[in-house]
Amino acid sequence: MTSLPQSTDRKLGLVIDLDICVGCHACVVACKEWNTGGYGAPLSDQDAYGDEPVGSWLNRVHTFEVTPRAEPGAKAVAPARVVHFPKSCLHCEDAPCVTVCPTGASFKRSDDGIVLVNEDWCIGCGLCAWACPYGAREMDGAEKVMKKCTLCVDRIYNENIPEEDRVPSCVRTCPAKARHFGDLADPDSDVSQMVAERGGYDLMPEQGTKPVNKYLPPRPKQDDLAEPINLAALAEPKATGFLGWLDDALTRIG
Amino acid sequence: MPPLDEPHVELSPTVSDEIRRTTCYMCACRCGINVHLRDGLVRYIEGNKDHPVNRGVLCAKGSAGIMQHYSPARLMKPLKRVGPRGSGEFEEISWEEALTLATERLGKVRADDPKKLAFFTGRDQSQSFTSFWAQQFGTPNYAAHGGFCSVNMAAAGIYTMGGAFWEFGSPDWERTKMFMIFGVAEDHDSNPIKLGLSRLKERGAKIVGVNPVRTGYNAIADEWVGVTPGTDALFILSLVHELVKAGKVDLDYLLRYTNAPWLVVDNPGAPDDGMFARDQHGEPLVWSRKYDEAVPAKANRLGAAMKGVFTLNDGRNVRPVFHTLAEKYLDTQYAPENVAEATGVSAATIRRLAAELAYTAFEESIELDQPWTDVYGERHAKMIGRPVSFHAMRGISAHSNGFQTCRAIHVLQLLLGSVEVPGGFRFKPPYPKPMEGHPAPHGTLTDAGTLNGPHLGYPRGPESLLFEDDGSPTRIDKAYTWDAPMSAHGLMHMVISNAHAGDPYKIDTLFMYMANMAWNSSMNTRGVMEMLEDKDEDGEYKIPYIIYSDAYSSEMVAYSDLVLPDTTYLERHDCISLLDRPICEPEAAADAIRWPVVEPETQGYERDVRGFQSALCDLGARLGLPAFVKEDGSQKWADYADYIVNHERRPGVGPLAGWRGEDGDADGRGAPNPKQLEKYIENGGFWVGHVPEEAQFYKFANQHYQDWAVKIGLFDAPAPYTMQLYTETLAKFRNAARGHGERVPPQHLRERIIDTFDPLPIWYEPFEQAGVDNDEYPLHAITQRPAAMYHSWGSQNAWLRQIHGRNPLYVPGEVCDAHGLKDGDWAHVTSHHGQITVPVARMDAVNGKTLWTWNAIGKRKGAWALSDGAPEVTKGFLLNHLIHELLPPKGDGLRWANSDPITGQAAWYDLRVKIEKADGPLDAPLPDTGKQKSPVGKGPDEVRYGEEWT
Repeated sequence: MTSLPQSTDRKLGLVIDLDICVGCHACVVACKEWNTGGYGAPLSDQDAYGDEPVGSWLNRVHTFEVTPRAEPGAKAVAPARVVHFPKSCLHCEDAPCVTVCPTGASFKRSDDGIVLVNEDWCIGCGLCAWACPYGAREMDGAEKVMKKCTLCVDRIYNENIPEEDRVPSCVRTCPAKARHFGDLADPDSDVSQMVAERGGYDLMPEQGTKPVNKYLPPRPKQDDLAEPINLAALAEPKATGFLGWLDDALTRIG
Repeated sequence: MPPLDEPHVELSPTVSDEIRRTTCYMCACRCGINVHLRDGLVRYIEGNKDHPVNRGVLCAKGSAGIMQHYSPARLMKPLKRVGPRGSGEFEEISWEEALTLATERLGKVRADDPKKLAFFTGRDQSQSFTSFWAQQFGTPNYAAHGGFCSVNMAAAGIYTMGGAFWEFGSPDWERTKMFMIFGVAEDHDSNPIKLGLSRLKERGAKIVGVNPVRTGYNAIADEWVGVTPGTDALFILSLVHELVKAGKVDLDYLLRYTNAPWLVVDNPGAPDDGMFARDQHGEPLVWSRKYDEAVPAKANRLGAAMKGVFTLNDGRNVRPVFHTLAEKYLDTQYAPENVAEATGVSAATIRRLAAELAYTAFEESIELDQPWTDVYGERHAKMIGRPVSFHAMRGISAHSNGFQTCRAIHVLQLLLGSVEVPGGFRFKPPYPKPMEGHPAPHGTLTDAGTLNGPHLGYPRGPESLLFEDDGSPTRIDKAYTWDAPMSAHGLMHMVISNAHAGDPYKIDTLFMYMANMAWNSSMNTRGVMEMLEDKDEDGEYKIPYIIYSDAYSSEMVAYSDLVLPDTTYLERHDCISLLDRPICEPEAAADAIRWPVVEPETQGYERDVRGFQSALCDLGARLGLPAFVKEDGSQKWADYADYIVNHERRPGVGPLAGWRGEDGDADGRGAPNPKQLEKYIENGGFWVGHVPEEAQFYKFANQHYQDWAVKIGLFDAPAPYTMQLYTETLAKFRNAARGHGERVPPQHLRERIIDTFDPLPIWYEPFEQAGVDNDEYPLHAITQRPAAMYHSWGSQNAWLRQIHGRNPLYVPGEVCDAHGLKDGDWAHVTSHHGQITVPVARMDAVNGKTLWTWNAIGKRKGAWALSDGAPEVTKGFLLNHLIHELLPPKGDGLRWANSDPITGQAAWYDLRVKIEKADGPLDAPLPDTGKQKSPVGKGPDEVRYGEEWT
């Protein structure tokens, strides 16, 4: 069993905006290409050009269809929607993947709260993946070590890259700017402010893992709104009809 | 301090030895990329933060470029076919042998009859070069892929307002308050739209997605309008109906900048009916309300009448465009109640959206404190903005009524006064550029053995059509004939079918580049494969010789006689040129290059490939094409890089606009600079020339913009113009169909031209729908491009194929229920032309009459270095098999193209089908398309990319 730090000064993590994620997978692939040549073993792909290609990824996007209903089984109250849901390690404060690790390979950094796997100590037993309620860990098929999001720990402090690029690869690349990185322990940070303003929430809080990453919910859609603008109230043509209005309007132009 | 037992983590590892900045080519968007190199290999690719297109971000395709670059499907050497066509049996040959074979074959063709070469380039980003090569060869048969992509969008935009969407312009993301996006899944253009949508969300602007399927951009839109395919024009014209009825149009804008007040001759049965009334100088006339007489449009813009019937001095009756327009769209056929059923959009929704457009445009208008002067000499203190904007793409254009639908969107934009204004839609230089700013089509062989001008252009009227002296079509694709008079991008999708049929004539060699015409780029895929395999009585192939250049072992490679292996995009020179399809933004002219950030021979054992354009420089010289040889007959351009730097299209204007002049200090115009490419490389692979502040809006009528455009060489003289709500070119063709003029269409096409060439946008029923029994084929079927795969259709990409390796047919829940279908079942889907049997998945967030699937995921067995049991083969499929390049026979013995009658745009999305449950699962979808032998073997079992650095 491995212990967690009592607390961490900083809680680095991601804030993911579900209102703007278009499900394009840019973050997924940028993550793979940065990390396959970075921290730990490469993110390998088995049967890469074959019948059942499968590889390790640290970040995936799941797509759900949701039909708004007053209660389950009731008639839909609005057309079905599609929600794109990116998911990677949430760097939980009470990370069960760490405490379950028999070798101490899984650990949470006391400095910034990032959860990592020390691959030298990892025996590939897979207990951490079982313990994680989010399915955020993947066993690498070639190296047989557990892979997970590192929050690009080899980027965010890296003095070999420009300061502005010292963010996780997924954040730097996101074309829709749906991913944000920062310190969620600091209430004044941009990410904390965003969470406060937009009602950012924890994924599956009932699991008691206290995830650091937060999700911002989609804003209400037109289907959810009332009080439409009424063109009749704006309309200018009165009794004279459109062509009569045209005369008046042209006179005003001169 | 971390506890002592906490493992040490290396926080500042070395990333790369060097960063080389070039341009992505994983799709059509041309983003800037930083390629990190380590030990001579590509370590990592990221977006270039300084680049005007993507500003640092990069999509899934761009990041997967490594897997494309090192794909096992890469061709390694030139190939000569040794087995039957389609078998994939080749022998490797040297470049010298390949170019000798090509030279012998093409030399004979050129000496005999140059038009027996059909040279078509697919997703080519060097069209100004490849078309130049074809002009030099002397064949009229050249085009790229626009005819089967989005020519309706491009042509409608040019004829209406001097440019369309995407490459032509973009919404004013910083100011727009309401944005409507039509017929766009997750594609053109990829990163800029995502950046823009994000900015709109940040600013609280409203996004309305109009699309039958609610994925991608439509999933995050504030409102989704799940329109029925092929009915968008009805929906749009119903919005117009509501706006006109309510008087919510921008009269001042219409009077100043559009042809709304121009007088149209009302003279039924006469050759001038529907034409503009003009003075003796050809200047269009308007009716002065003050003087109650016709005056030149330029002289009296604000005082012009917008309604009324007037009589000219010569006795002809005339009416302002706007009068006819208002009457037309006030008709109750466009009332929301009357279009709701067909469009699948409720009358209340149409009314509300019209109200929101009006409210946003006129009650929330914006003003910029930026004085400017119009081309008529009037100084304006401010720039007035109508903050509504639009974007549309293939879902709108790939219909047989697509041209008029695209026109309808532009007319709506103009009525709202929201084109080239703050908060509206903005053009990117060199646009706006109206039809008059483009060449007309050319197809005549000169005495010098070259063509008399650029192949593709914008016809002015019947006089621009391309016929031989005997009245037969000049071009193999029958572009610029009565079948598709305004086919501004050619009809690549008709080339194989016509060449196979010898209609209008037989060709000798089909030469293609980057176009998978034996697979996902053709309608009727299996039929096309059979045409390529088909032989005449002498045992010769009906299409005698096929030369093809591609970087990968695609399906088309197997159908080629001679294969010229292209480089990957990281190994080549390219220019994304102002002469072609540049990377400009509304605030700036810009162009870009690709350059070999790695050399091909270092990127694979015994790999011997050449950039296609460089190979053309060599081939052009061997053939003695005039512009490709020096006076002594030797090769003029050593390679494409040499051409890019030294070719001048007009004096001082060449492929690249940046760092011209001997000292490299000239923008736009200047002598060739031998150090030009070095300057581009230093600057990150691109050049930007900012549009001055005063020239940022109203570009079509802004004196400062016009002067700036001349200065940097976009045009040689100011070319302001008036936006065309009413398209006179259409009236000219319609009058020809009524029997007027020297060139008239054949009898069988006249009624169709009269019905569809309306100078004001209309909706008509898509042709396939009109030609089949809709009770038998009650459903629509369409494809969408997935964000992670579009244009990087290569499933050989080890990473992307894990995201999109199969493509179920998505079926609306209500259709599933009616047919007893559930996820994982298989179904027969049948059109008038054929049947496919494929896996299905249920989906509710879709128009209830529409089936859909992802485009171009399915692959032929043996292609792309994939295993025979790859999911792309065993579960992926093409909808293309159901779509025929011809309409159902009408019993008149004629071949009617499944295309827009105006532009010839392939009507992919007109498809009508029925569905029934099939016994499944099958080993692979039907039809079976056989197997090709892989000339490059199969890919490795395992990829551990980056292992040398970890």
